[in-house]
Amino acid sequence: MSGFFKSSIGRKYAMALSAFFLMIFLLQHFAINILSVFSPEAFNEASHFMGTFWAVQYILQPILIFGVVYHFVMGFILEAKNRSARVKSYARNNGGANSSWMSRNMIYSGLAILAFLILHFIDFWIPEINTKYIQGDMSGLLPDGDYRYYEELTHKFVSPLRVGAYVIAFVFLSLHLMHGFSSAFQSVGASSMRKEKLQTFGKAYAILLPLGFIIIALYHHFNH
Amino acid sequence: MNLTLKIWRQKGPKDKGSMVDYKVSDISEHMSFLEMMDVLNEQLINEGKEPVAFDHDCREGICGSCSMFINGEAHGPDRGVTTCQLHMRMFKDGDVITIEPFRAKAFPVIKDLVVDRSSFDRIQHAGGYISVNTSGNTQDANAIPISKHAADEAMDAATCIGCGACVASCKNASAMLFVGAKVSQYALLPQGRIEAVDRVKNMVAQMDLEGFGNCTNTGACEVECPKGISLENIARMNREYLFANIKD
Repeated sequence: MSGFFKSSIGRKYAMALSAFFLMIFLLQHFAINILSVFSPEAFNEASHFMGTFWAVQYILQPILIFGVVYHFVMGFILEAKNRSARVKSYARNNGGANSSWMSRNMIYSGLAILAFLILHFIDFWIPEINTKYIQGDMSGLLPDGDYRYYEELTHKFVSPLRVGAYVIAFVFLSLHLMHGFSSAFQSVGASSMRKEKLQTFGKAYAILLPLGFIIIALYHHFNH
Repeated sequence: MNLTLKIWRQKGPKDKGSMVDYKVSDISEHMSFLEMMDVLNEQLINEGKEPVAFDHDCREGICGSCSMFINGEAHGPDRGVTTCQLHMRMFKDGDVITIEPFRAKAFPVIKDLVVDRSSFDRIQHAGGYISVNTSGNTQDANAIPISKHAADEAMDAATCIGCGACVASCKNASAMLFVGAKVSQYALLPQGRIEAVDRVKNMVAQMDLEGFGNCTNTGACEVECPKGISLENIARMNREYLFANIKD
């Protein structure tokens, strides 16, 4: 396998595998977030478990960080390499005649998602790490004895500007997944016999999952 | 019909090049695109000007020589045809037609619309063949049973004429459809399986060496391919490449 991940096809596999991991992570993230709409208690319990269970914190979280960083860094490296493969661009290029806008602009939807991730980290991840690992408070409790997670979530969705930014970011996530889902399967060599079903399932995933996240953000904005 | 042509003119590999406008008149809709180019070149020669250099050979869609990027698409706006099979009835009177060479770092321009596609030849040399002793004792290929499905898929892959439309159309100038087709046509047949591991590894290594971009599965290559080579061939090449590296 020496040199596999340095080859063009090896990098396709690596991008696809990190994409699969991130798509599964998104499902898991959504499953916990949707609890906040139906049961604040269940959301608190699940958040506390995810935030304190050792396997999540010390095994899955580092893998997730690696997956996110790898997907972005390799995405930028491949984009730079691909641009250099055509030194002079066409005077007239009718890309819309043969490919979707989403497939040709993955770098831009990816950049929008990266911008969102920075905002999301500032909003949630950095305060969480600060509370748990710098202040050393692993209790997950507010001074009044209730869990803090639901309170923190609803507080963040008060600002219409932040909610607007989240909604726009999820639209870009949807565009990215519209191509990314089936593309990842093509990259790992999925047979075209399954192409139609994969594309249908991929489109459903790409629309429904970001829509679900948008509904959660809007629900908390208009209910608190 | 009367047309305005915007054509890329470049005196040689090191010339900067530019788009130049030409007018052609009384073009029949029954002409092929290359016949229209012949009319233009006759006109230019009569005017004492340098004719436009472009590749062509068989003019019946099988040699893969013609290579123009017409109105933003490889081989023009029609589907499943090479430039020589493209007819002027696809255009209308008064149209402005932009004609450029196939653009990729691995396809450097030699002159005007002629590009050097020898990178494809080098990829073929790296493994696009089977090694058979042809001393006279060769077994009849028809004596080896092959399923209809495998034979059809191998034949579909083998129809690739290596024109380079896939590279020209891909936003990343990737050659994976071409290499995928060449890998597939042998990988699907028992005669090709013997050298399958080395073939895919060597051809992919040569493809990367030539400076083609990476495939991002936009599917533009499949749409613009004059022979309808399917993306399935890229998926098959990816599988072959993974298994070849695991086996090694």
